[in-house]
Amino acid sequence: MTIAPISETVLGPVDEIPFGEGRTYAVGPDMIAVFRLRDGSLRAVSAVCPHKGGPLADGQIDNRVVVCPLHLYAWDLATGCSQSGQPPISVYPVRVDDGHIILGD
Amino acid sequence: MTQRLVVIGNGMAGARTVEEILARNGDFTITMFGDEPYGNYNRIMLSNLLAGVEDEAGIYLNDLSWYADNGITLNAGVRIERIDRFAKVVYATDGTATPYDKLIIATGSSSWTPPIKNIHNPKRGFHQGVFAFRTLDDTRGMIRYARDHERAVVIGGGLLGLEAARGLQNHLSDVTLLHAMGHLMERQLDEKAGHMLQASVENKLGIKVITNAMTTEILGKDRVTGVKLADGTVIPCDVVVIAAGIRPNTQVAADSGLTVERGIVVDDQMRVQDEDDIYSVGECAQHRGNLYGLVAPLWDQAKVLADHITGRDVEAAYTGSKLSTKLKVAGIDVASMGLIAPESDDDEVIIYSEPKKGVYKQLIIRDGALAGAILVGDNSKAAGLIQSFDRAQALPEERAEMLFDIGGPTGEVKPEDMPDDAQVCNCNGVSKGAICGVVNAGCKTVSGVMDSTRAGKGCGTCKPLVQRIVEWAAGGEAEEDPAASWYVPGVPMPKPELMAAIRKYELKSVSSVFEKLVPGGEHDAKSKMGLASLLKMMWADRYVDERDARFINDRVHGNIQKDGTFSVVPQMKGGVTTPAELKRIAEVAEKYNVPMVKLTGGQRIDLLGIPKEQLPAMWADLDMPSGYAYAKSFRTVKTCVGSDFCRFGVGDSTALGIAIEERYQGLEGPGKMKLAVTGCPRNCAEAYVKDLGVVAIDGGKWEIYVGGAAGAHIRKGDLLCTLDSAEEVIRMTGRFLQYYRENANWLERTYSFVPRIGIERIREIVVEDTDGIADALDAAVDEAVQSYKDPWKERAVPATPGQFRTSLPLTVLPQVPVRS
Ligand SMILES: Cc1cc2nc3c(=O)[nH]c(=O)nc-3n(C[C@H](O)[C@H](O)[C@H](O)COP(=O)(O)OP(=O)(O)OC[C@H]3O[C@@H](n4cnc5c(N)ncnc54)[C@H](O)[C@@H]3O)c2cc1C
Ligand code: HEM
Ligand code: SF4
Ligand code: SF4
Ligand code: FES
Repeated sequence: MTIAPISETVLGPVDEIPFGEGRTYAVGPDMIAVFRLRDGSLRAVSAVCPHKGGPLADGQIDNRVVVCPLHLYAWDLATGCSQSGQPPISVYPVRVDDGHIILGD
Repeated sequence: MTQRLVVIGNGMAGARTVEEILARNGDFTITMFGDEPYGNYNRIMLSNLLAGVEDEAGIYLNDLSWYADNGITLNAGVRIERIDRFAKVVYATDGTATPYDKLIIATGSSSWTPPIKNIHNPKRGFHQGVFAFRTLDDTRGMIRYARDHERAVVIGGGLLGLEAARGLQNHLSDVTLLHAMGHLMERQLDEKAGHMLQASVENKLGIKVITNAMTTEILGKDRVTGVKLADGTVIPCDVVVIAAGIRPNTQVAADSGLTVERGIVVDDQMRVQDEDDIYSVGECAQHRGNLYGLVAPLWDQAKVLADHITGRDVEAAYTGSKLSTKLKVAGIDVASMGLIAPESDDDEVIIYSEPKKGVYKQLIIRDGALAGAILVGDNSKAAGLIQSFDRAQALPEERAEMLFDIGGPTGEVKPEDMPDDAQVCNCNGVSKGAICGVVNAGCKTVSGVMDSTRAGKGCGTCKPLVQRIVEWAAGGEAEEDPAASWYVPGVPMPKPELMAAIRKYELKSVSSVFEKLVPGGEHDAKSKMGLASLLKMMWADRYVDERDARFINDRVHGNIQKDGTFSVVPQMKGGVTTPAELKRIAEVAEKYNVPMVKLTGGQRIDLLGIPKEQLPAMWADLDMPSGYAYAKSFRTVKTCVGSDFCRFGVGDSTALGIAIEERYQGLEGPGKMKLAVTGCPRNCAEAYVKDLGVVAIDGGKWEIYVGGAAGAHIRKGDLLCTLDSAEEVIRMTGRFLQYYRENANWLERTYSFVPRIGIERIREIVVEDTDGIADALDAAVDEAVQSYKDPWKERAVPATPGQFRTSLPLTVLPQVPVRS
């Protein structure tokens, strides 16, 4: 598991992300995919699929994993670990505060 | 209250039964006794151990830590001598007495020794150099002894004897197989097949085979120097291996007053006759008069026993098993199931024989189902036949398809012949070695292996090979995967049950299905798309559309490309366009600098490489409806020019194709639906290889073919019916498509669906209406047609915030200020 350190950043209103979907944000040099689970909580991971560069924010999710839309490999949203032997993705701390997406801590 | 469970026998059946009990959270304190001083190992693999393709560490199923982890007291190397069924105590040879509330007898079998002079040595069991082949200790002893000697004789030409003979060749140079019957494996093969097998064993493996060989005496004073046959022949040798059959271990049960005939007699709950608290399972159990000597029946017995003893399902009943076997000798393919000879004149017998190649195939069909099969020299069809046999599936009309791959790629490769780095899945680049690695790590289901390697998840053509590799790597130990019958992996139900439950609870959204029908309410990303498709089909306009249930293609109505851009394929019904439309497409392509403009195989124009955020504007400029080139849905109707222009045309294929596409455009289904209408049997529009193809024939009639394919899998469609008018064709098309939508599994294309159901059955339902559901199918497809909306209209008001926002830095994203 790789938890990337990142300083606190407000990404925008949480309503920008529909339940169960993801959106990509550029934070400094990093591209970060933020997902809003159906239970309302958020997960943030690196946006680029380590397999062949697929856009993870376009993937389907459940409360545990994101499935890349290109070749359907899956990664754990909490740990960043691949379930199928791929390199891990970075995970970032993220939370909702007063209707805003707060990345980092 | 926690009960005391004692298990006698720590072999494959005993340990598996305990696993099944643990899986049902049975409330027991478990004590196991095993005569062998080990944990539970895979007895089947002893053949591979002998052959040197497996090592000892690799054959354990439950090592000692498993027992400890599960709180089981294992007495390894301790034999039970007597059961006191009144006091409910078992007595062991080490003098201990262990009380029980419930008892399971799983003592298995021992190898049977034929009456042969001088085979025993009063002091040490067998004569020096004579071995049975049943246990790990037998195998170790055999390997140690064979290494220092030259010549071996194996007595017994069944599965076990052949595997022993092949394995011994790994340790010494000269192996002779003696078989008392007229041909090898006489219980699984008929005479012809047996002789064919003998020729292969002799020529390919170099094992000498003597049939009708009655061994009467072991020669040699203190160690074996040869064997003597009834006809006086003497075969000099240093090692003798006995593989002449097995006898169930029933002595302890019989001595303790339980009902024992050939085996320990059990009822359908695996309870010993007249005993409430004693069960028996495995090779020692006699069920409905049958004893089994293979593992597959044990697995079924173990489940029933566990269901019953834990109270999970006290009605669970074991009703017997259908047996199929495969020989585990590299390079020699033999498979057999069910009958080996017809039993009545009505049994249909199909035989293919090619002695020069050593190939022999026989099928016996009774009442339209497979009652038996023998394969020698070519197991490429074994997996499919075993499946049809087990499940009594409908058989293809073209019986030859059961014996050969017709129209498919020829020359099926055998897993054992493939190098480790051979690529199996050409779509996802998965090698044989990668698959074997996952199997060895403990994943023994085909779907599990596919999930973790992604093999077989591209075009799907390699799935049969993946299955064969998994079976081979698991050494006949591949597990049937309950999830294989589920419609989607995350909801434990096959499609009919799932649909019934959805209707019963009126579940109209994907999340409600997870919450109501999955124990624990766990959502599953990989199941969402299949459920969305099913719910849309079932509820049409009343479906509650949660956008996250859709795959990205269906969220933004384009096909995602390798770089995260999308393709735009406007509808072009029947492949017919106009100069005005072409101009508009050309202008759009220029305006947006479209990187590639290409004609598709579906007779339309594809604009490729479009960034997501440009999609809505482009659709507006095009002002054409979506061609649905991205969804699991009705795609296109290809047409030829037909009678309006073609010299040969006998029907207006273009007009009919356009009418069909007009009516069924965008219809979602479990898989893609690609259609064609062609104006005469010259078939310029390739209608014979479509999910549904219509062919005009002379006399104003139309033929409908279904289940065709010309993708990775090639299949000519089956003729469904011949109709008199275009209107009838349109109606029948809808009825068939609706039947497919309601009954096919997720991602099951018509080329698998049609043969699975059988074209006759489909014809009965959709053409002859024997089930009386034709009107309902018509009404359901009509409702779906009415709910069609062109998805590209979403351009005006996005369905969700940021629906078309870029997900990758194809263009520079708006930078968010960083707070320090
Ligand atoms: C070399 C070989 C290859 C095989 N290949 C295949 C194959 O390819 N496919 C297939 O389906 N089957 C195969 N089989 C058969 C398969 O291994 C058996 O069907 C299976 O092991 C039976 O399981 P079981 O638990 O009933 O008996 P076992 O596995 O024999 O277990 C019984 C255990 O009980 C112990 N025991 C007996 N009496 C007592 C007692 N009184 N007290 C304590 N412990 C006792 C025994 O020592 C033994 O460990 C093969 C068998 C062999 C030997
Ligand atoms: C995810 C994998 C696939 C993608 C992205 C894909 C993409 C496409 C696209 C964009 C088209 C043009 C569609 C149109 O004009 O409607 C097409 C056509 C076609 N595809 Fe695929 N395809 C895939 C898998 C398959 C598979 C598995 C098969 C075969 C089993 C297949 C067989 C065909 C055929 C035969 C055509 C020609 C269509 C026609 O004539 O109607 N494709 N594919
Ligand atoms: S378009 Fe079809 S055949 Fe061509 S590379 Fe893609 S999936 Fe393969
Ligand atoms: S299929 Fe027949 S009608 Fe159609 S273009 Fe070919 S020859 Fe002409
Ligand atoms: S690019 Fe993500 S799985 Fe291939």
